Amino acid sequence: MSSSAFRPADYIDNERGLISREIFVNPELHRQELDKLFTRAWLFVGHESQVPLAGDFFQSRMGDESVILCRDKAMQLHVFLNSCRHRGMKVCRYDSGNTSLFTCPYHSWAYGLDGKLLGVPQFRELYQHTLDKDANSLITVGRMHNYKGAVFATWDPGAPDFETWLGGAKEHLDLVLDCRDGRPGGSEVIGVHKWIFPSNWKFAAENFLGDTYHNISHRSVDLIGIGPSARAGVTGRRDNEMDKAKHIWAGFPAGHGVHSAILPEDNEYIPSFMNDPEVEEYFRHCFYERKRRMGEKSRLIPFTGNLFPNISFHGRQPRNLCNWHPHSPTETEGWRFFLVDADAPAVVKDFLRRYYMRYSGPAGMTEQDDMENWLYATAASRGAIARRHPFNYQQSLGKWDVTAEGGHNSWQVSEQNPRNYYRVWAEFLNGSPWDVLVGGDPSYRQQAAQ
Amino acid sequence: MSETLERRLATHPRYAALQAEVAEFLFHEVELIDDRRYDEWLALLAEDLVYFMPQRMNVKFGEHAARENTRAGTGISWFEEDKWTLGKRVAQIQTGVHYAEEPLSRVCHMLSNVRITAAVPSLDDPAEVTVSSRFLVYQNRVEYENYTFIGKRHDVLRRHGDSWLVARREILLDQTVLLAKNLSIFF
Ligand code: FES
Ligand SMILES: [Fe+2]
Repeated sequence: MSSSAFRPADYIDNERGLISREIFVNPELHRQELDKLFTRAWLFVGHESQVPLAGDFFQSRMGDESVILCRDKAMQLHVFLNSCRHRGMKVCRYDSGNTSLFTCPYHSWAYGLDGKLLGVPQFRELYQHTLDKDANSLITVGRMHNYKGAVFATWDPGAPDFETWLGGAKEHLDLVLDCRDGRPGGSEVIGVHKWIFPSNWKFAAENFLGDTYHNISHRSVDLIGIGPSARAGVTGRRDNEMDKAKHIWAGFPAGHGVHSAILPEDNEYIPSFMNDPEVEEYFRHCFYERKRRMGEKSRLIPFTGNLFPNISFHGRQPRNLCNWHPHSPTETEGWRFFLVDADAPAVVKDFLRRYYMRYSGPAGMTEQDDMENWLYATAASRGAIARRHPFNYQQSLGKWDVTAEGGHNSWQVSEQNPRNYYRVWAEFLNGSPWDVLVGGDPSYRQQAAQ
Repeated sequence: MSETLERRLATHPRYAALQAEVAEFLFHEVELIDDRRYDEWLALLAEDLVYFMPQRMNVKFGEHAARENTRAGTGISWFEEDKWTLGKRVAQIQTGVHYAEEPLSRVCHMLSNVRITAAVPSLDDPAEVTVSSRFLVYQNRVEYENYTFIGKRHDVLRRHGDSWLVARREILLDQTVLLAKNLSIFF
């Protein structure tokens, strides 16, 4: 398959709800994703709390490439490709730290915290009048945006504003990044899990788009009870905060999808975090404080979501942002950034981190079962016969409302979010312009073009 | 414990016998895990157990003591658990629907370099011993999935009748990015 012969319709049939297995295993499609999708889409790079001081850096990734998130002396954040302009050596090989220069181990070109090439050994003898230092700065991202402490970047300088790209998914992302009592922002990252799993990266993304249907795969933790009130006898893997809520699966024109919940009008606090009375008291306080602060809007609470293409989140129990970095069509590096309110009492932070560790990631009792499913679903989709038969995406086909923004709302468990996601995926591989990539309806497109 | 103190410990007349006893206990313990006798294994863990596996990081020379490993008591690690949580992990396997371990993996623990690095109050009559060892754990899953986990362990064992209880276990896996999809086994 050559790239000019790429026809989205060969892979994505949203009318009939059929999506080819090729997109989860095919090396050529994977190469095109790296080329056309990860070079343009807004990606999550890290959190400002990971680089609080001048000179702090955090080595991150965008797609399959290493990048540096750092803070310069003027406290400005930067994101660079972690590759020397001379022969490409990684200029930063520490996971994080503090420095005043990134000095290349190979021939010692040295770059400042703003990415500028500052030092070149024997510059005068070897490079005078030939080497333009400014033109040989570290390769910087096209656009960067710090949204409530979460740092996003795209390689494409022509990409729309972050918030235009985010669209209506903003109010759901806010539920992840805002303080539990409703104050905007104020979260901090308390740790990052990094691990490799043999599955296509989109399996992970899709899981967070609102695949509530896979709840049954977590029966083992639900049976034994590992939640924040488990010691108080509450079974399940979380508290029952959403028992009386109306669930919504919302999709957005740029391919984002969330599963959130709307509490009833006369909602009251549902006891949670009962393993520790002090922590329970804190969350009870936050609940009423948030209600007071946000009024009607406080009825919306988060569950999971995925910002196109590979940024997933768990909004509440547990609370984190994830990156699914592609390594190969069938291998992914997962990064999970765990969040708490920066000013939460120590006892609350301690409670939460313990809950996060037993729930999430490769050592987490819940998500181990996800990884098992993604691996074997990928492996069993490789075969020649398997590839002739597309995956079934017919769940709740046609059962959604169109929103003013050009997205959709579903009020029952639905695969409309992944159908919408793969529509945008195909547009990226098509090389479509940004107004198509972010826009459902024309007014929205106009906004994006500005 | 400093190197000299460790050497002094090793030349103590009581050291060899105690080292052998402690090693035998640890070998027995991993045998219970490999034999999937999880309830018997749990019985060897102290009620106030701390079971800790930090994440490891690439840091600049000179920063290793301060920053190479995540710390117990703060932030995020691979494991920072108590006996209750480990009991939950056993119960989860025993539901028969914990798919990451259903069907069960084949797991083989190899322990070596077992050394006593501290004894409290004394080697003659220790109530607690600190034991350092190396592990190589092989996991084979379903058909083609293989993982090798290699690293160091630091255990605190507490005297319990004529045997021991594990009071603290620190597991230093020698990887930064975890090169496995899951940590669904016990160390
Ligand atoms: S590769 Fe960096 S200085 Fe030569
Ligand atoms: Fe899941």
